[in-house]
Amino acid sequence: MKAIRIILRNIRDGFKSVGRNISLSIASISCITITLLIVAIALIVSYNVESITKRVKEDFTIITFVDNAASEEEIKNLASNIEKLDNIDSVEHETKKQIADEMKETSDSLSAIIDTWSDETNPLYDTLLVKVKDTEKISDTAKKVQKLDLVKDVKYGQGMVESLLSVFNVLEKGMIIAMVALVLVTLFLITNTIKITIFSRKREIEIMRLVGASNFSIKQPFVIEGFVLGFLGSLIPIGLTLYGYSALYNHFNGQLFSPFVKLVSAEPFVYIVSLILLALGVVVGMFGSYNAVRKYLKI
Amino acid sequence: MEFIKFRNVEKTYKNGVNAVYDINLDIKKGEFVFVIGASGSGKSTLIKMLYREERPTIGEIYVGGINVAKVKNSKVYKLRRKIGIVFQDYKLLPKLTVYENVAFALEIYGLPTVEVRRKVLKALDLVGLKSRTKSYPDQLSGGEQQRVAIARAIVNSPKLLICDEPTGNLDPDTSLEVMKVIEKINDLGTTIVMATHDREMVDKMKKRVILLDNGKLVKDYEKGSYSHYEGN
Repeated sequence: MKAIRIILRNIRDGFKSVGRNISLSIASISCITITLLIVAIALIVSYNVESITKRVKEDFTIITFVDNAASEEEIKNLASNIEKLDNIDSVEHETKKQIADEMKETSDSLSAIIDTWSDETNPLYDTLLVKVKDTEKISDTAKKVQKLDLVKDVKYGQGMVESLLSVFNVLEKGMIIAMVALVLVTLFLITNTIKITIFSRKREIEIMRLVGASNFSIKQPFVIEGFVLGFLGSLIPIGLTLYGYSALYNHFNGQLFSPFVKLVSAEPFVYIVSLILLALGVVVGMFGSYNAVRKYLKI
Repeated sequence: MEFIKFRNVEKTYKNGVNAVYDINLDIKKGEFVFVIGASGSGKSTLIKMLYREERPTIGEIYVGGINVAKVKNSKVYKLRRKIGIVFQDYKLLPKLTVYENVAFALEIYGLPTVEVRRKVLKALDLVGLKSRTKSYPDQLSGGEQQRVAIARAIVNSPKLLICDEPTGNLDPDTSLEVMKVIEKINDLGTTIVMATHDREMVDKMKKRVILLDNGKLVKDYEKGSYSHYEGN
């Protein structure tokens, strides 16, 4: 009962002191708001970049052209041999007739020409569309496929794939570094602002100690205050994420410039980002004030 | 029966300053003791060691059976709950009302609100400020602020009230008013240890007086035997 009363009073005092020190509270809240806004933007951008590169990578395919001399049976064998190689995700057989049919659909004049082909005169090759698990190793895998019998040629966008991959690599690493740096800066900025808030209340802590408040009961209201500051500071970034990103997504119809560059759909993405922001604000707020109070306590 | 005991107490600060040496002192329960001496004589150090703001370098200090020197930092609050402290600069929280400032010292124990209210009003009544509960410290005079600080110090009915220059910031009339309040608390059985510069006040009060000089206890005057006209 006693402990509950103390905790309830500390919660009350935590909330009260946000109001009592309103100017400093506003300073802390705006600092948290701004840093969390930057974090929100960084999260949204990096997650989108990540999803776009992932989608592009998923489209990477080794197109394996099979010698025309191969029989149906031999093509099946070849496909299962490819499947046995390392780093193979899936193998799909596309007959030359299917390819010809696909080509017919692209234009009428082409369609007229292709119509003149019979099964024997069709100049196209049967192909096996090979998807790999790790796109980084796509060229190695392509070389292995090339060496198999009955493989006429392989194409996986040699040259372009490599440069795309290296761009993606740099992009992804840059994003990770930027995110880590941002989170650290957020931690630093928020804890420091809160530290300043609490520094101005050194006297309050001193008096609490003098009248016999235990270290725990001194810390508690400050930690609760940090929680309140973090919570209030995360409201605007969360609101902007929830409404802003959804509005952006709808405005662009979910894609940027071309259907190739798809945005991450708003739900549940915005909720996840909001949760991250809330957690970051609240945890950093609490941690910041805990740390700051500790400085003024002899422990 | 000795309530406070100093045994061969010596305090050297980290910067090498020797604040007090070889202090031996006994104070009985319910006594009223002045600690006087020039600035730098070690009064404040002596007082601070009583509430464990400072630790003696050598020696032992007992307050009501507790060896104060051995109390850990994290347990200091347990000692502080048994004593009341009054300072020259009042140390009130400016953003809390008179009532809240006094209640603050009780709420940390988790007392029920009804009991907090009863004790706070009783303490404020004792210092004569029952009618100012809703005022803020900056709306009060210096003497009134100090009385609020006294109310806060005694609200928990401590056995010992420590006063560090409580009248240092007050004019003579107000000082007397504050001293009367403290004397009343003493009459109710609380032991008082008070450091002060105000020799005239000490004269008038006719209490036991301990004189410090350069960190040494040079004289211990029996109750009523001190007069600053003696040339001290």
